[in-house]
Amino acid sequence: MHDSPDPGDRRDAVCVVGAGASGLTAIKSLREQGFAVDCYERETGVGGAWNWRHDRSPVYASTHLISSRPLTEFPDFPMPDTWPDYPHHSQVLAYLERYAKHFDLGRHIWFGMEVVSAVPADDGRWDVTIQSTGGGSSRTQRYAAIVVANGHNWSPMKPEIPGDFRGEVMHAGAYKDPARLRGRKVLVIGGGNTGCDIAVEAAQQATEVWHSTRRGYWYAPKYLLGRPADQVNDRLLRWRLPLRLRQWLYRRVTPDLTRFGLPRPDHRPYESHPIVNSLLPYYLGHGRIRPRPDVARFDGSAVEFTDGSRAEPDLVITATGYRPRFDFLTPELLDTDEHGRPDLHLHAFARKHPTLAVIGLLQPDSGVLPLAHWQSVAVARWLRLRMTDPARAAAVQQKESTRPLTTWSRRRVVPSSRHWFEVDHVDYLRALESLLKQMES
Amino acid sequence: MLRFDDWTNPVPPADREVVALLPDDHDDQPPVLFVPGLGHGAWAFAEHWLGHTAGRGFPAHAVTPRAGGDLRAQVHDVVQVAASLPRQAVLVGHGVGALVVARALGRYPARAAVLVAPVLDGWAALAAALRANPFGTLPALFGGRLRLNQRQLGTGAAAYLERVDARPRAELLSRARLPKPVGAPPTLIVGSPDDRVVRRSALDRAAARYGGAPLLFPGMGHDLMLETNWTEPIDAILDWLGKEI
Ligand SMILES: Cc1cc2nc3c(=O)[nH]c(=O)nc-3n(C[C@H](O)[C@H](O)[C@H](O)COP(=O)(O)OP(=O)(O)OC[C@H]3O[C@@H](n4cnc5c(N)ncnc54)[C@H](O)[C@@H]3O)c2cc1C
Ligand SMILES: NC(=O)c1ccc[n+]([C@@H]2O[C@H](COP(=O)([O-])OP(=O)(O)OC[C@H]3O[C@@H](n4cnc5c(N)ncnc54)[C@H](OP(=O)(O)O)[C@@H]3O)[C@@H](O)[C@H]2O)c1
Repeated sequence: MHDSPDPGDRRDAVCVVGAGASGLTAIKSLREQGFAVDCYERETGVGGAWNWRHDRSPVYASTHLISSRPLTEFPDFPMPDTWPDYPHHSQVLAYLERYAKHFDLGRHIWFGMEVVSAVPADDGRWDVTIQSTGGGSSRTQRYAAIVVANGHNWSPMKPEIPGDFRGEVMHAGAYKDPARLRGRKVLVIGGGNTGCDIAVEAAQQATEVWHSTRRGYWYAPKYLLGRPADQVNDRLLRWRLPLRLRQWLYRRVTPDLTRFGLPRPDHRPYESHPIVNSLLPYYLGHGRIRPRPDVARFDGSAVEFTDGSRAEPDLVITATGYRPRFDFLTPELLDTDEHGRPDLHLHAFARKHPTLAVIGLLQPDSGVLPLAHWQSVAVARWLRLRMTDPARAAAVQQKESTRPLTTWSRRRVVPSSRHWFEVDHVDYLRALESLLKQMES
Repeated sequence: MLRFDDWTNPVPPADREVVALLPDDHDDQPPVLFVPGLGHGAWAFAEHWLGHTAGRGFPAHAVTPRAGGDLRAQVHDVVQVAASLPRQAVLVGHGVGALVVARALGRYPARAAVLVAPVLDGWAALAAALRANPFGTLPALFGGRLRLNQRQLGTGAAAYLERVDARPRAELLSRARLPKPVGAPPTLIVGSPDDRVVRRSALDRAAARYGGAPLLFPGMGHDLMLETNWTEPIDAILDWLGKEI
């Protein structure tokens, strides 16, 4: 680590919040544009969600990527081509650590420091207050801009289930080790990728498994025709197959799980965040996972479902997702509504604060890292342009304000907070590409 | 930004030979990765330049891209090796290896790049080869081996002529535009006005493309790294590097 920067005014330096994948790539892009950078990370290492030693990491022992390697790696720093199609979470962490070392990003990161407030000052500058997580000392510094890369998969969203329950209830965020499941009766709530992964683990470890989902989904396999499913999907996107046709194909390649008692999806393919799990249908077919609808209430040692059926699990794991949290920003800075949903241009640029941007606040149908990379490139170029050519920057901003939402944001989705940041990676990258071109020309 | 080729049909892994020489204390200098040209392998650098580079304090590496790989596969191999190094690497390509480096620069933010006697324009190289050595060149037009003679590669390369097994692919003649280097690395063009493979005019065009003038070493053949006075270009390259980074 470096010496303390001068207290107080950091002039043209940019503050980055968080050193997960998004924060790392933000530092790199900002450095490439010549900015001094102070990145604050409240944990003791890089990697964010992928660093499962971190208390808030949502990753469990068996987590493997659901997006395949070429669609997950940074576009300018490939993962080793000898790695599997779907690397393990420990490999993703090793990859991020190597990325940080390769580009010498560690010099700009302050570990064990939490950003507790960021307040606009004059001229688009920011007063950022940082507190040591060990407790105690805090300080405030002024920055030219702030880039928020704090992740949105760490603050558990817990369902409110009426009634009392005598067994153990835990959120998936606290679930790490399948030993927790061994020999127990387990109910998993939630049909996202976490819920499906844990239901499968329970099928392998627990004595009895119920999987509760409040709607039907399209469960995609990890492989299609011998290739990672997302790579096959991108072939269809490359050929610009119309959505209707892709939906038709999707229906053909996803298993029909209604035979096992799951509800039929209440939406078309591509209208919910992709679930990628080849083993769930397998264990359903073997009777190891028993599907259940939504939970109605707890009743002592029992759980009652909306269809009136009951189960008596020892352990309930709520895999009900995470909520975005920006405790250090007042809601209006990100145009956050009363439900906690920020409204940002391209899910990245604050509409009223040109020197405030968020990286990685996306749910793509691909890996997050390539998108976070290009977001960072765009943000860094934007901040540079504002300094070198304010007139052009204003023109770009004017033009961007007319970019139709539907060109970059997935609008036709099941209305659920988990789809707030849903994007199609091809559409999204096209939008970023055109923004980058505008800033170049 | 849309890399459908890589997303739908990634280059499969393959064995690549990497030769490395590490100085004892190499914490402060970036690694240098040498990329050989057509028919050459890491050996061409292992002869002299690798040791000299390490001797001057740079971790020195040379890669032989997979045998029989097309340009895309070779670029992939170079980027894979560069990304496997502990620090951001300097890429040095020679001949067609410089073309591979020029393409790799669109994929990997090198610390700096050096294109030595770069074959960036296949047609110009073909014309030069036909002029300098028509009988060695003609078979290559029909899928055979490209024979390069001592007048082309330089007297220093005389001992290695049999080792040079050049089988150019038609894609070298494509006029695909070179990518804009990511991360805007400083780039140097090095060559010889007496090179019969890459002519002076081609060096000037390459230098113009990357902004600047070529650094010239009169009297040398195409294989600068095998010439008797091989120290001159590599010293000049490392001096430049020292100034740029
Ligand atoms: C189980 C699971 C599996 C996933 N699988 C995939 C996958 O297959 N492919 C894929 O691409 N993505 C996947 N993801 C998404 C994953 O979140 C992203 O890949 C990636 O981790 C996002 O990185 P990030 O930097 O945006 O956020 P994070 O990784 O969450 O990093 C944010 C960092 O900011 C720090 N921070 C937060 N607030 C503050 C503050 N106030 N002050 C200082 N520091 C702060 C945190 O400590 C953390 O280090 C998965 C997510 C989960 C939960
Ligand atoms: N292997 C992997 O790589 C992997 C593994 C896990 C997660 N991930 C990623 O991590 C992110 C988070 O995934 P996640 O699965 O943790 O969360 P998620 O995608 O938000 O899924 C939450 C699930 O819980 C349900 N749910 C939410 N609130 C509920 C409530 N009150 N009552 C009942 N059900 C409720 C949701 O149903 P609705 O659909 O009705 O809202 C949904 O099925 C995603 O991007 C995901 O792709 C990847």
